[in-house]
Amino acid sequence: MTSRLAIRAATTLALGVLAFTPAARAAETIDPVADNAAFQKFFTDKFPKLQLKDFVNGPYSMNEDLHKQWEEKEEFPPYEFSLEDGKQMFTTPFKNGKSYADCFPNQGIGIRQNYPYFDDKDGKVVTLELALNRCREANGEAPISYVKDEMAALTAYMAFTSRGKPMDIRIPNDPRALAAYQMGKEYFYTRRGQLNFSCATCHVQSPGQRIRAEVLAPALGILNAMPIYRSEWSGMGTTSRRFITCNSQTRGVPLAPESDEYRNLEYYLSYVSNGLPISGPGARP
Amino acid sequence: MRATAIVAALLIANASAAFAASEADYQAAYAAAEAANKEAGTLRNQWTTTASTLAASKKAGDAGDFDTAVAQAKEAEALAKASIFQATSEKERWKDMEIH
Repeated sequence: MTSRLAIRAATTLALGVLAFTPAARAAETIDPVADNAAFQKFFTDKFPKLQLKDFVNGPYSMNEDLHKQWEEKEEFPPYEFSLEDGKQMFTTPFKNGKSYADCFPNQGIGIRQNYPYFDDKDGKVVTLELALNRCREANGEAPISYVKDEMAALTAYMAFTSRGKPMDIRIPNDPRALAAYQMGKEYFYTRRGQLNFSCATCHVQSPGQRIRAEVLAPALGILNAMPIYRSEWSGMGTTSRRFITCNSQTRGVPLAPESDEYRNLEYYLSYVSNGLPISGPGARP
Repeated sequence: MRATAIVAALLIANASAAFAASEADYQAAYAAAEAANKEAGTLRNQWTTTASTLAASKKAGDAGDFDTAVAQAKEAEALAKASIFQATSEKERWKDMEIH
């Protein structure tokens, strides 16, 4: 009898607490759909002359002179050699006779817009770069560097076959997926490094402005152009390379490529660019 | 006059001895800086400048320049503590920058 009373009292107390919880924690609600709408509205309000699809051109969408430079670059794009390498790598069978095409839906063609996705088996975000290395390892091949060269070539080819398709990242109704999304969002806005910069400091607060000689790209659509040829790098770089470089530039020690934080960041940043076309591979100053 | 000069010389010598860092001072300062940087690592928020200042401390320590080694280690510790403060305060502050 005493224990029944204790349980009833505890239940009443718990229900009482829960009744007050939603109002108190309204600001903590994870709502990717609302985030996506607010994110896109922020940028279209900030740059009213731009159409939504223009944001994928990064700094080249920010002013007329740069846009002219980009149009000229696209006549002989600097990523072209990498694209050809990527196609050759993608279509060359592994030693066991299988190929990358066997690891992906639709034989890996025109699917870039669906990456990253949330894998409900291991409860984590899977990026295209990670899926490519998993494919290699499943077929007895050594993984390749996440940062440049071969990985950039492969993702360049896969992005090229998906050009124009709207980014289409799904967040399943799974608390782990929502948590991954939220952690990615938190990473995006968190200041780090001795310079005390977050991703948002440059790519939300200051797009279109210069940092030294560079024009900062808007965060909206920033991953739709990946991988990119950067003149500053004198070569191609992947999304992993972009994240690592951003961390280093703010004097933060970068994390390992494809660490959980970077995967979650890519998930968030891709989701809020849903609907914008894939434009990769890209070229940047 | 001679006595005053001797006392002054002794005071100066003692003062120098008190401020010159020893190898033990360097090792203690380096260990404290390294521990703080390790804590920043568990928060996934180390700074490149902490690493380079720690490296400078070790280089000076290896060369027997313990004054410089201690000074660099103390600076590295301060940097590491700042990175810990940043990581801790940003757990809530990131929301201030969020687009709504």
